[in-house]
Amino acid sequence: MTLPLGDLVAIIPELIVATVACLVLVLDPITPPSRTHWLAWLSVASLVACFGITVSRMDATVTAFSDLMILDPYAGYWKLLLYVVTALTILLSLAYLRVERIHLGEYYGLILLSLAGMMIMVSAADLLVIYLGTELMSLSLYVLAGFKRFEVRSLEASAKYFVLGSFSSGILLYGISLLFGVAGSTRLSAIAAAVGTHGLDDPALLFAMILLVVGFGFKIAVVPFHMWTPDVYEGSPTSVTAFMAVASKAASFAAFLRVFLEGLGGLREKWYALFLVICVATLILGNVVAIVQTNIKRMLAYSSIAHAGYALIGVVVAGQAAADNETRALGLSSVMLYLAMYAFMTFGAFAVVALLRKGGLEGEEIEDFTGLAKRQPLAALLMLVFMVSLAGIPPTAGFIGKLYVFMAAVNAGLTWLAVVAVLLTAVSAYYYLRVVMVMYMREPDPSAGLVSRLTTSPALTLVLASAFAGVILLGLFPDPLVSITTSAVLPFK
Amino acid sequence: MVPVFFSYFSLVSILAGVLTVALPNPVHCGLALLTLLLHVAGLFLLLNAEFLFVIQIIVYAGAIVVLYLFVLMLLNLKTDERVLHHRYAVILVAAAAICGGLLLMALRSPFQGAKGHAPVEAVLQDGGSYAIGITIFNEYLLQFEIVGVFLLGAIIGAIVLAKTPTAVDVEPE
Amino acid sequence: MVPLSYYVILSAVVFITGVVGVLIRRNIIIILLSIELMLNATNINFVAFSHYFQNIAGQVFVFFALTVAASEVAVGLAIIIALYRSKSTINVDEFQLLKW
Repeated sequence: MTLPLGDLVAIIPELIVATVACLVLVLDPITPPSRTHWLAWLSVASLVACFGITVSRMDATVTAFSDLMILDPYAGYWKLLLYVVTALTILLSLAYLRVERIHLGEYYGLILLSLAGMMIMVSAADLLVIYLGTELMSLSLYVLAGFKRFEVRSLEASAKYFVLGSFSSGILLYGISLLFGVAGSTRLSAIAAAVGTHGLDDPALLFAMILLVVGFGFKIAVVPFHMWTPDVYEGSPTSVTAFMAVASKAASFAAFLRVFLEGLGGLREKWYALFLVICVATLILGNVVAIVQTNIKRMLAYSSIAHAGYALIGVVVAGQAAADNETRALGLSSVMLYLAMYAFMTFGAFAVVALLRKGGLEGEEIEDFTGLAKRQPLAALLMLVFMVSLAGIPPTAGFIGKLYVFMAAVNAGLTWLAVVAVLLTAVSAYYYLRVVMVMYMREPDPSAGLVSRLTTSPALTLVLASAFAGVILLGLFPDPLVSITTSAVLPFK
Repeated sequence: MVPVFFSYFSLVSILAGVLTVALPNPVHCGLALLTLLLHVAGLFLLLNAEFLFVIQIIVYAGAIVVLYLFVLMLLNLKTDERVLHHRYAVILVAAAAICGGLLLMALRSPFQGAKGHAPVEAVLQDGGSYAIGITIFNEYLLQFEIVGVFLLGAIIGAIVLAKTPTAVDVEPE
Repeated sequence: MVPLSYYVILSAVVFITGVVGVLIRRNIIIILLSIELMLNATNINFVAFSHYFQNIAGQVFVFFALTVAASEVAVGLAIIIALYRSKSTINVDEFQLLKW
């Protein structure tokens, strides 16, 4: 055995993240409690370094570890998104954890381990590696969800997430084992070759495909595998919820797309209809159930389900058997674009929820936002921008994201799907704008007596400013990001 | 002899699996799972996987099930009057249907994966553990490394959750 | 020689038993035991394919899957004990705030 130096060089970002995670865990006991925030800044610094390395390697396609890892522009794009979201999560946690009185160094170690799992997922070219990456991501998230250990709600969220997460992983692994039986290997390339030779009628192949849909369906939270989402999002600490809603969803989408387009691309005509049904069901359920929610975190959870539905429109386009490769590439790039836009606006919304917690409010019921514009005009303005963006109103990022997804659908001849999605967007405007209305149109309840001052920390300001800038700048000048996603799509064969 | 052992191991495995799910007392469920694991280990022996046979007994039966039983006894749960979910009948019917489909699938699909380079004779010459070791540290080194990081995460996670919950007060910067 | 499909049938039956267990039981530890059934079904599949395809990789996968299962149990039981400490129940439909 020789040390695979070239392979190690290829995965330097992953190594940095894992090493810094270990470093944080080692340094934590010897850091005085009042200095725990140093660990957070160390983590952010490592992410900045990784960002630089990944940017410098964006154009090359390298395989490593006997083709188990593939470092292509597609993986690079997702990694950049994940670095940004993780850095924002850490900065948000700096202020939030202190208020919740759970500021422990292990938190940052677990966030980084989770990120390492996500990075493995997005650049894995082998089903078993994807499975291990998913497990590494999920395991850290189970613990993070239960981080408020003295609060029953948080532990229940953790338990629920754990049971359903390992259930879905078990289903995923069984599907992988059947694919191993069909192809004799778990490499995506070998599976694609086996699909080519066995044809579409091998029942084991179809069954394995359904199991993979179920397994990934849980991870990206689409109907009918969404039922854990509202409870887990509500119970977890808000900073962790934001991380789950954005980073874990993006990484799962990335792995899911690679598996279905590269590995099972030959089965397109089988999974296309399945995804179409899931997509429409997700759009309808997410948007309709969000209307009746009174807790803002639950509402955002249903909103994140609905947004997974919008992203699935792009997946459906990318999986169209009849369409040419250009149309399908447009579908894929629209998913990548949509999830980047979704990341900024959803993260921003959760950050405002976390900020209000800091302001001394409970801040989790929509009623708590009553008259916020009078009490904290700046927070209300930020929330207004994020809600408007989530509703898909120009000139925000949410509008551009939806525009590209709908354009891809129309371009692929799925006009009816685009029309359904637009109608449901109108429905979604109701519940997003209700929050705005509560903030701006109602007088604050004087009996509540909560005249809290907005106490900001530099980290929190940075998070809110980045999310705000992301939503506005990507809304006004989407072209650079569009060209990046277009050049980073998976090659279609 | 192999068919006889196969029938024994597989029938007991299925029976123990059903008992794991169906018995009312959680400790009995744990013991049924132990039976299943030992018989699955027997199947591994039939399939010339002696390394996994040992691992299955040491890690699964010896560590995982013991951990489960330990927690069950620690919590000292009483057997509930109602063990099953209230919609269990619907689920059972659906499961039976899926099971039928699965069996059909197993019978009808060819499962012609590509042949590897490890025929039984070659593996038996050096032993399965040798072959597995060589494969892990050459072709599947990456997975091995990921699993290492994974174990670290599990240790940290379990410690974080098991510590006595105390609020950490930090004075602002 | 036992045909490969017998092993696949066996693993399918064990897998479905596990899935049913997850869905119908109320005790969270038994739900985890049922998930172990599902993982064992997977292991049977991998080892059987490994033997019949003369490909040692299947056994390597079981090795990894087993490690993952073991560490998940550690974390899962830690969550359950923490939950039990504050609620004195581990029946999933008695969770107050988060309905099953």
